[in-house]
Amino acid sequence: MTIRLAKPGFFTTVQDLGRYGYAHLGISPGGAADPLSFRIANLLVGNEENAPALEMTLLGATLEFEESAIVAITGSSCECKAGADRVPLNAAFDLPTGAVLQCGSMTMGARCYLAVHGGFDIPLVMGSASTFVAAHFGGFQGRRLQSGDVLQVRKHGSCGVRRIRSGALDSSRVAGPLRVTKGAQQDWFGPEAFEKLFSGAYVVSEQSDRTGLRLKGETVRPCEQSELLTDGIPLGAIQVPQDGQPIILFVDQQTTGGYPKIANVIAADMHRVGQLRPRDEVRFAEVTIQDAIQALREREERLMETFE
Amino acid sequence: MKIIPASDSSLLVVFGNLISPVLHERVMAMFHAFQAWHDPRIRNLHPGYASLLIDFDPLRLTHDELTSMVRQRASTGDAAVDRSVDVISIPVCYDAEFGPDLLDVAQHAGLPLEEVIRLHCSPTYLVYFLGFSPGFVYLGGLPEVLHTPRLATPRPSIAGGSVGIAGSQTGIYPVDSPGGWRLIGRTPLRMFDPEATQPTRLQPGDRMKFSPIDRATFEEMNRRAKARPA
Repeated sequence: MTIRLAKPGFFTTVQDLGRYGYAHLGISPGGAADPLSFRIANLLVGNEENAPALEMTLLGATLEFEESAIVAITGSSCECKAGADRVPLNAAFDLPTGAVLQCGSMTMGARCYLAVHGGFDIPLVMGSASTFVAAHFGGFQGRRLQSGDVLQVRKHGSCGVRRIRSGALDSSRVAGPLRVTKGAQQDWFGPEAFEKLFSGAYVVSEQSDRTGLRLKGETVRPCEQSELLTDGIPLGAIQVPQDGQPIILFVDQQTTGGYPKIANVIAADMHRVGQLRPRDEVRFAEVTIQDAIQALREREERLMETFE
Repeated sequence: MKIIPASDSSLLVVFGNLISPVLHERVMAMFHAFQAWHDPRIRNLHPGYASLLIDFDPLRLTHDELTSMVRQRASTGDAAVDRSVDVISIPVCYDAEFGPDLLDVAQHAGLPLEEVIRLHCSPTYLVYFLGFSPGFVYLGGLPEVLHTPRLATPRPSIAGGSVGIAGSQTGIYPVDSPGGWRLIGRTPLRMFDPEATQPTRLQPGDRMKFSPIDRATFEEMNRRAKARPA
């Protein structure tokens, strides 16, 4: 079965849950920016949670289905239509042969995920189907999708379509500050720096993408002016360059860097970073590492209880 | 050795605060030990100049357990892992077209072009680590006289294989990208091939040398590199 892109949307790529084990070669994990929504999309259509699916950013794609298919769309709220009919979000739905699915603008977040029963048939590069656009590899020909691209969908046997319990997704949509732990170079920063980071509101700048989210707001400066020896960067690290405006390093980040890292977004909140839009306001709150791991454990338990 | 929790899913092992081959050996010993373990709970290893970041699954491994693993490895000494000491040769064509900043580097050093090329090809460089982008090597050993500040305005596009100098560093752009290093030549070798079993030509801990080639040799090697099936 094939799906043809009539319109690619603003920035649509093939992703999975990432490429691990190659950081020492300078290769970041990549993968879905909101891995929680990505997994839910796959689980809804009866796929393994890591099956290749589409990540659409800000403006969705228009797709033509050569054959009937079972599809799910998750993530940001977004008006999606098959012909003239609205299709539901966060639920599997059937499309007939020849259907044209039109995904509109994202409203409450930045990204939607589109999974098809069977999963997209994408060759793995270093064990992953995720697209690394900056280095031109992975996904569909190492690039964002364009009009006219034709994607193959894998055949899939018995269908295990699932349904979400009503209200089950509400708890994953917590607003509130992004929770962070103190970073590897926390000793470089004095109480005033943390005070500013935790009290101020930051705005996501237009120069934000899958490599990192640049923030504008209170200037944070290290006490020491010494130079950091380049070291490894964890996913979600908040680094502070010379201008004092923090950057959240994201899925396509560089694997090493020379700026001090004041804090780190907790794993349980990383999917929320993937839904931040330019001009969104961000606040930070500190938690302990134990609390962060507990939050991740609870998030995973909730995901298991999401489905009927 | 300092062990710092860098996030809820990672631990940073810091061996010191200097760029030195001796400290780097300790980074490599720890890196190779973890690589050899193939522990599925450990997702990524990021060596730096004098540190190793270990990224792991916090639902299957705790910071304390990992700290014990690090300490135990450190206590067994650093030289247990055998590494080949072969010096990898990277051919570079220092033609004016490939090295538009070679003249600037020569002027900055107060040396003739031939001497800059000879000096750039004389040391055995140590690959401290890879980072910044896939296959990008951080090399130690550039002769001091060749240290040259980076360009004030980065170029929007640099061909993959370009060899450059920035401050005390020299390196190779593995893929086409923007960048501010002063370009002095180009290698016909493919430094990064995502489809290959070994995606990067150089790895952390390798030793390498640049060797000068003329334009005809570059073209011939370039033709062969491109003809090779992916």
